[in-house]
Amino acid sequence: MTDFFIGHIAYYFIIALLIIGLWGMLFKKNLVKKLIGMNILQSSIIIFYVASASKYNATVPVIDPRLGAINPAHYINPLPHTLMLTAIVVSVATTGVALALLIVIYKRYKTLNEDELLERMK
Amino acid sequence: MVQRSDSIIVGIVSRFMVPLIQLFALYVIAHGHYSPGGGFQGGALLGASVLLLRLTVGEQPSNLVFHKKYGTPMSGFGVFIYAAVGVAAMIGGGVYLDYANLPIAGMEPAALRSLGILLVETGVGIGVMATMIAIFDDLAKGDFHD
Amino acid sequence: MKLLSYILLLTFGILLIYAANKLPTRGHPDNPINRDTSLAGTPAASAHYIRNAEKEMHTPNVVTTILADYRGYDTLGETTVIFCAGIVVFLILRRQRDGSKV
Repeated sequence: MTDFFIGHIAYYFIIALLIIGLWGMLFKKNLVKKLIGMNILQSSIIIFYVASASKYNATVPVIDPRLGAINPAHYINPLPHTLMLTAIVVSVATTGVALALLIVIYKRYKTLNEDELLERMK
Repeated sequence: MVQRSDSIIVGIVSRFMVPLIQLFALYVIAHGHYSPGGGFQGGALLGASVLLLRLTVGEQPSNLVFHKKYGTPMSGFGVFIYAAVGVAAMIGGGVYLDYANLPIAGMEPAALRSLGILLVETGVGIGVMATMIAIFDDLAKGDFHD
Repeated sequence: MKLLSYILLLTFGILLIYAANKLPTRGHPDNPINRDTSLAGTPAASAHYIRNAEKEMHTPNVVTTILADYRGYDTLGETTVIFCAGIVVFLILRRQRDGSKV
């Protein structure tokens, strides 16, 4: 039971982060807060990938001659790290695009509140 | 418009820190073959160093480090380096982005691949740095008082 | 409407926790993601990368070799996405400076 909990507690934290992000996107009325919720959701997905790459009794995926012959059991899985490395930078760029859109929305409608925005768009 | 910080401490400490951050960023890019690092991380560090100058010492002094008109062209230049390395591999007789066929004489394929990775990482670093600075400059230019 | 959203969110969370209990223990060397062969019996990518990275390109850092060489097309696409994001921000906010209405 304890082993099961220790092996899965990272997933529960990730689910908590994902639910917090979704809650922010669904229930917050301010568009900037919705964007923050989306970033939290992205972070939870990135942490999930990196958590799935871990391996006990293994080191970083840099080949070390002191460990002897190359054995995949000595190095953690490098593939999720690579994928998430690019995803982090792309998330920064897409956040920039979202902020630019928010600036345009604020200039046009003078508000970022969702209800007032729908009211003024009529 | 970005306002410079009024605090003397913030200005001096950031001016002291920025060269160290940039040196570390270049180390991260160039040493990415042997330690954790690479183009994306080093480019993000380089961009963050220039953004720190933009936020603390104001727009005019930070333009001496990286002028804001170069943001978008440099990001295109970074992507161009990446694509050009792929085309160079095609000129050498291989397929696109196969660095073992780069047209450099007297190097074995494994060393050529290592060199190709370094060139590509440099392009990625330039692209990420310039894109971060360009996005920040465009966002800071949006004037809210019209 | 708000109650419905809360119920949906709660249901989603419970479903995710139910699914997470079925996931393999994090970090175990025999997980499907860490095996030499995939579930379909084909060779897995990550073990191949770790075995051949230094031999093929004299680069000890496996993450760098995957990023720039094995998956070079992928990284080229990601770099293009970042570049496009920069261009899009430039285009969105440039139209504002002319004083024209959106």
